[in-house]
Amino acid sequence: MTASPAAARKRARARRETTDAVNVRPVKRGDLPEVIAIDATVTGLEKQAYWRSVYRRYGVGGKDQRHFLVAVMGERIVGFLIGEVRDWEFGSPPCGWVFAIDVHPDARQAGIGSRLIQSISALFRRAGVRKLRTMLASDNTLILSFFRSQGMMAGSLIPLEMDLE
Amino acid sequence: MKLQKNTMLALYSVLEFAADPTRHMAASVIADKYGVSQHHLAKVLSELARAGIVESVRGVGGGYRFAANARRLTLMDVVSLFEEPMPTSTSVASPADTTPVDRALDAVLSEIEQIAQATFRSITMATMLRLVDKQAAGARPPAPVTSG
Repeated sequence: MTASPAAARKRARARRETTDAVNVRPVKRGDLPEVIAIDATVTGLEKQAYWRSVYRRYGVGGKDQRHFLVAVMGERIVGFLIGEVRDWEFGSPPCGWVFAIDVHPDARQAGIGSRLIQSISALFRRAGVRKLRTMLASDNTLILSFFRSQGMMAGSLIPLEMDLE
Repeated sequence: MKLQKNTMLALYSVLEFAADPTRHMAASVIADKYGVSQHHLAKVLSELARAGIVESVRGVGGGYRFAANARRLTLMDVVSLFEEPMPTSTSVASPADTTPVDRALDAVLSEIEQIAQATFRSITMATMLRLVDKQAAGARPPAPVTSG
């Protein structure tokens, strides 16, 4: 748990350099294998059909306020984010929903997730949206901590569920 | 939700130290700032030191300094050092004699506990420091209006 201030400064410098080298852009069809590989590395499941279906719906370069972004470092895809504007769900004014984000494990702690969030936030702002939302499992501490670090707090909507027997 | 005094003191102290990991601070400075006895605070700080969250600095002008990673250390890491875990059942009856009302109440209280724990687990000291800055910025008086 201990960390020297020098090590912390070194990490921060490396983070800045890595973030500067990352480009965020809309996904292309040729990116899919790398996106699927990142997801498979993290979840242990290779969901080819699912990702092809997600690409068809969200890989549209922002059409209908649907966004599928990738973070590229050099030639390599190191992360992705998918989100869309959702209008008047449960009476709530239009908001930006982020429902998928991941960064390759060996590229984490370098500000890439933050760059993806900044990019989608800019797109949502341009669409006139003033609220960003997401939802995830309460035991997903890693991603919860990430969203918290971006300034997200518990919101006015409470997720509820029930077993359908 | 109310946290015990020692937990609050630990959180105040950790945030003071984490705000500048290069700085070491005497326990008396924090004790004065938060109006508690040095003796009381010393116990809290030694618990934090045992957990590797702060480390003592010896010599003249010694004290403690931050020894953890603020981007990794969560509120739960600190809170769990000082708070008892919430009992899984609040019923006054023995487990064999619980009623449907007891079990329904336990289910609701357990839901509250799960949300509280998820919140504590997901907030790091780095995030807390940003929240503190945001609150401080919000509390500042508005900038004077200049004319011309």
